[in-house]
Amino acid sequence: MTEGPTVVVVGSSVGGVRTAQALRSEGFDGRVVLVGEEARLPYDKPPLSKQFLAGSWNAERVTLLTEAAADKARIELRLGVAAERLDVAGRQVVLAGGERLDYDAVVIATGAAARPSPWGARSGMHVVRTMADSECLQVDLRRDGHVVVVGGGFIGAEVAATARSLGRDVTVVDPLPAPIGRVVGAEVGAHFAELHRRHGVATRFGTGVESVEGDVGDLRVVLTDGTELAASTVVVGIGASPNDGWLADSGLLVENGVVCDEFCRAVDAPAVHAVGDVARWFHPDHGEHTRVEHWTNAVDQAVCVAHNIAHPDDLHAYRPVEYVWSDQYDWKIQIVGRPHRATEHHLVGDPAADKPRFAALYRGREGQLGAAVTVNWPKALVTCRRLVTAGAAFGDAVTQIDALAAAPARTVATPA
Amino acid sequence: MPVLKADFEACQGYGNCLTGAPDAYDIDDDGVVVLLKQEITDEERPRIEEAARSCPVSALTVEDS
Ligand SMILES: Cc1cc2nc3c(=O)[nH]c(=O)nc-3n(C[C@H](O)[C@H](O)[C@H](O)COP(=O)(O)OP(=O)(O)OC[C@H]3O[C@@H](n4cnc5c(N)ncnc54)[C@H](O)[C@@H]3O)c2cc1C
Ligand code: SF4
Repeated sequence: MTEGPTVVVVGSSVGGVRTAQALRSEGFDGRVVLVGEEARLPYDKPPLSKQFLAGSWNAERVTLLTEAAADKARIELRLGVAAERLDVAGRQVVLAGGERLDYDAVVIATGAAARPSPWGARSGMHVVRTMADSECLQVDLRRDGHVVVVGGGFIGAEVAATARSLGRDVTVVDPLPAPIGRVVGAEVGAHFAELHRRHGVATRFGTGVESVEGDVGDLRVVLTDGTELAASTVVVGIGASPNDGWLADSGLLVENGVVCDEFCRAVDAPAVHAVGDVARWFHPDHGEHTRVEHWTNAVDQAVCVAHNIAHPDDLHAYRPVEYVWSDQYDWKIQIVGRPHRATEHHLVGDPAADKPRFAALYRGREGQLGAAVTVNWPKALVTCRRLVTAGAAFGDAVTQIDALAAAPARTVATPA
Repeated sequence: MPVLKADFEACQGYGNCLTGAPDAYDIDDDGVVVLLKQEITDEERPRIEEAARSCPVSALTVEDS
């Protein structure tokens, strides 16, 4: 076994796995131990509401780290056992069953859990967060009958699109009039609502759920306006909350996630780091503590934390530009920055077109390009991502994307 | 020297790779990754490997030649 300092990474999904791998890329030569509650090999989450749920990708395709790859990178896997406590003073992670792992640095990557359904039906109710969740839902989606999705955010919308592609009749219910409008603004959000209707999925936006009763195959969803929807399967996608309960007696500052400084080190405990959905770190450019539940954030933060552990005398502050994608029906949606903070936006292309290619550019508070939403247009997204990162002026960004829209599509040859 | 490889069929145009290694990866007008070089040095390998691992569909690899 390798001597030298030990890093224990708790949580074996994308944040944890990428931290362990990046420690090696950053030249860390000590022990790396990856602890995960689930017994399966680490797997990726985005396909669980998309290709994996549809049955087009299998478990192997969503695996993040094989045993061979772990061996090669000298990552010791401790899967199938949860961390129960963190002893900050004693520098130990306490596992279920009582075993204690010593660490010189620990990385908290325990992610988030689906907010459970507040409505109790006896069976046939689903959330989608783990591979097991997605597998169970897959079985119920093969039944005939109506699927009701509660929650019209990203995961709800993706599940609705997948269920529709499997031939189900689907209704999406959300108390907000334009659920994705919370992220992209009301006007652009309305196009997302229209997308469901265009694909034959009914929406009951602006209406809440009162109760869900019955059993799988025979469920009744009662809405706040008194309507009753019959359903064979109900999917609840109403958000997630950080898995920080196991840290309750650690003495760490935990407030809707592990509170960290700009270097992603826990407040008052510099040997403790956090990455991914569970981390609430101080974002120097936003001037506030921020928690992000997006894949790219987990990966980028993992690289930053690994660097800071391997090079404590050259700490990097973590200051990402937010980025998230979502696939819904025939829309490949990409969002950069924080559009909900914008004051106005400019549309390039026609969202109402059949399989459209468009971009919405959002002006930030200082007159810069603050954010962009693109649909079926990766080139525009990549351009906007660079412009947002560079703090480019809003007007210049509009000119560039307008020019991109006018340019005839051409294929750049890739060197053989 | 380490060699860059890409699975152009798998690429979904997420563009994550460009952020970490704009000198190695670009994207074309159809939203497919473009390799800007074939071989890289050992010094740049860690950074480019991290960029490759930021691909959500594992379309990119850095291989020993
Ligand atoms: C269905 C679905 C679709 C998504 N689609 C997209 C998308 O299209 N685009 C996008 O940008 N993002 C998407 N996301 C979000 C993205 O997947 C998350 O941001 C990402 O998974 C966060 O990674 P993480 O490692 O921080 O946390 P998680 O993925 O939540 O992983 C945490 C891990 O820690 C383990 N764990 C928890 N507690 C303990 C404990 N006490 N001891 C040991 N192990 C523990 C868990 O078992 C889990 O393996 C999606 C998420 C879901 C659920
Ligand atoms: S990150 Fe992956 S999917 Fe995205 S452009 Fe690069 S290769 Fe393609």
